[in-house]
Amino acid sequence: MTDPRRIGKPILSVEEISLSFGGVSALQGVSFDVREHEVRAIIGPNGAGKSSMLNVINGVYHPQHGTVAFKGRKRRNIDPHEAARQGIARTFQNIALFRGMTVLDNLMTGRNLKMKCNFLQQALYWGAAQREELEHRAKVETVIDFLEIQHIRKTPVGRLPYGLQKRVELARALAAEPELLLLDEPMAGMNLEEKQDMSRFILDVNDQLGTTIVLIEHDMSVVMDLSDRVVVLDYGRKIADGTPDEVRDNKDVIDAYLGVAH
Amino acid sequence: MPEEPLDTFPRLLLHHAKVRPQHPATREKDLGIWQTWNWAQVADEVRALACGLASLGFRRGDNLAIIGDNRPRLYWSMCAAQALGGVAVPMYQDAVAQELSFVLLDAGIRHAIVEDQEQVDKLLEMRDQCPQLAHIFYDDPRGLRHYSQPGLQSLDAAVQAGRDWHARQPSFFTDEIARGRPDDVAVMLYTSGTTGKPKGVCQTHTAFIRAAESGRAFDHLGPEDNILSYLPMAWVGDHLFSYAQAMVVGFTINCPESGDTVMTDMREIGPSYYFAPPRVFENLLTQVMIRMEDASSLKRGVFYYFMNVARRCGAEIIDGKPVRLAERLLYALGNLLVYGPLRNVLGMSRIRVAYTAGAAIGPDLFRFYRSIGVNLKQLYGATETCAAVCLQPDGQIKFDTVGPPAPGVEVKVAGNGEVLVRGSILLKEYYKRPDATAEALDADGYFHTGDAGYFDADGHLKIIDRVKDVGRLAGGALFAPNYIENKLKFSPYIKEAVAFGPGRDRVCAFINIDIGAVGDWAERRNLAYSGYTDLAQKDETYQLVRECVEKANADLAADPMLAQSQVHRFLILHKELDPDDDELTRTRKVRRGLVADKYALLVEAFYSGKTSQFIETQVRFEDGRTGKISADLRIAEARTVNADATRRAA
Repeated sequence: MTDPRRIGKPILSVEEISLSFGGVSALQGVSFDVREHEVRAIIGPNGAGKSSMLNVINGVYHPQHGTVAFKGRKRRNIDPHEAARQGIARTFQNIALFRGMTVLDNLMTGRNLKMKCNFLQQALYWGAAQREELEHRAKVETVIDFLEIQHIRKTPVGRLPYGLQKRVELARALAAEPELLLLDEPMAGMNLEEKQDMSRFILDVNDQLGTTIVLIEHDMSVVMDLSDRVVVLDYGRKIADGTPDEVRDNKDVIDAYLGVAH
Repeated sequence: MPEEPLDTFPRLLLHHAKVRPQHPATREKDLGIWQTWNWAQVADEVRALACGLASLGFRRGDNLAIIGDNRPRLYWSMCAAQALGGVAVPMYQDAVAQELSFVLLDAGIRHAIVEDQEQVDKLLEMRDQCPQLAHIFYDDPRGLRHYSQPGLQSLDAAVQAGRDWHARQPSFFTDEIARGRPDDVAVMLYTSGTTGKPKGVCQTHTAFIRAAESGRAFDHLGPEDNILSYLPMAWVGDHLFSYAQAMVVGFTINCPESGDTVMTDMREIGPSYYFAPPRVFENLLTQVMIRMEDASSLKRGVFYYFMNVARRCGAEIIDGKPVRLAERLLYALGNLLVYGPLRNVLGMSRIRVAYTAGAAIGPDLFRFYRSIGVNLKQLYGATETCAAVCLQPDGQIKFDTVGPPAPGVEVKVAGNGEVLVRGSILLKEYYKRPDATAEALDADGYFHTGDAGYFDADGHLKIIDRVKDVGRLAGGALFAPNYIENKLKFSPYIKEAVAFGPGRDRVCAFINIDIGAVGDWAERRNLAYSGYTDLAQKDETYQLVRECVEKANADLAADPMLAQSQVHRFLILHKELDPDDDELTRTRKVRRGLVADKYALLVEAFYSGKTSQFIETQVRFEDGRTGKISADLRIAEARTVNADATRRAA
């Protein structure tokens, strides 16, 4: 068996990305790459452009300059829909689930892109549509098992505590079987125990499914423990890039976080 | 060829595989779907497991450790060990590493079958202390891909090795079973160790088969019955119901998907036969009550109206006693509107027989289930007696006794009030502990249970306490701490209590509140709190608990033997008593001596008349780290009822 955890060639590279909203510049000439099977963290103070960067990668924002290459295909503008089709899934800083639907149904929506049958076939639930549904349900069940959320399978998402909702969101992203997973502050607002659980799940995803992960996180100890390499943004510019240890000792990073007299 | 006698568990397995090969034996919910193995398949799996163990050096007389949640392959592993003439040693899955290491060393474990990474990590951690532990097999490979420790392998690999072994030696498995004797030790269950180190209780095939058979005849169990297997496999109760009885009767065991899904799984399976300690019944009732509080006023009104009807006549109806026609009709309507749906929600629609044991059950709780039509009964027994000394027969149910002795079991009460038991269900010995064996089994073959009790007028046994705990107050009155604590714990707000008193002039008690019930109570009163410690020290909480204590005092005053045991002073502890801190056993019994020593400061404060006391306590978290919590605890007074006055009034 090959080891899915072996870090390989760059799977994603962003080059010279610049993004502005009217006169406000969010990102200025940012370049970095993400290698296959690694956990890559993007950190930086508030307003540094971290979420904007994720939005550029999965096509929500279209940068004015620069290119994004995913699996060797270079492009500047992409539809979020197309990004998902190519194997990029993400979670959001503010949970984006269907609150009235059960966990199971939310996860099934994660499989939507992979469903081939048309609306009519699905409505009749006959033949190919039935087989397809069973297949997708089986896949979703493995995700439920993986993230240990069997006990809330049939619970509407709106009734779950926050930490579990975050886990369900990760599950929904995983249901799409992504090659690249973008996590926007997966531990925001969690208590210590929930953070530990979430860290373990992220490592498990990376280790056992071989998924490449890009994550934004504020909790530095989490970042240092989880990631293979870290990019640091400040005011839309990249100020450091390297292993957690390298970044930790970088003077610009310390200044950006602790503040410096100008 | 004469029929083989069905006197060992492996022979029973082969028997079921022959007479009912297609009948479901084991079910497990996996990936959202119930998977079924019939008896023929189970026999095949057990054979593969047994041969796999044999191929890795497991020999007749060896002990096999089994650690994990209720998983089919762990149950089958017990039978596999027994087929080879070995002994199954199930252990508590939530025990910390050092607790496990005692048992592993004591039992000389060389082979262990465990559920998952969590258990593997624990075993690897203490390999230095237990060098004899050569082989560890895991059921679930998740997270273990990078482990390469010697002797560690997946159960799948062992099963495959077993199938190869069987192909080479097709008669090996049946030959080994044929060599087994009914008086071989089949299973070793470690006692929880309320006192001192755990002891391995050696039970033979005969003992557990007899215990299971008496239950079968008593409750008319058949192969069509279903049971949910969710209690710790190391507990004698689970071993009797999920293993011994399933093997003897041939009914189906159902393993839940995970510990958190038991409620849902129970609803899906609808077991016909059910066993749970009182705290499970209590949790279920608490959940129902909390949900009813949130229901619409119409639903709530209907619920309370019919629960009153059930309280008046439900228990009499299930006991087959005469009840007025009008009441019967009202009950039937209630059954349609409330009891039926409620049983359905609880997953108890199909229950014919349910048992509870392991601790005293509150009369209100017990009556609740019986009155909604669940045939809940009590049984009495211990690990040393295969949990089958007394059973309550249908129609003769009392909440404060455990019923007459089971068929074939002799029970007598010794001069000091201790309950003595004789019969085929007794342990063979304590493992490597002839001293303890000699102490427990006397020359006449009676087992000394250590329980104090007496027979009532109908010949039903009533257990009041442990003999060693029963003491005298300074004034000479009887002091039965468990009896007092149980009276306190019948309140839904009190989770745990520890009573003090022997040699003192009056009784005082520590209280642990039930964070679920009191938390909910506080929420309804808009009482903000940050956690257990904070909630426990609120004035309102003290007032609530004081009412509970005074109610218990009123109950105690009604019994002239125990009227002097009313609780005069109490305090609410700043932390929950926890097995991880050794304050409770794994079966959640209070380690009385240890608690008294650890909180000696507080006990002194009780009797020196102080109204508050500062204390700092070390706690151990689930991951093994330790921390400290401290608090200034208040000591409150509770009103007692003048026993003489009540007696005169009565």
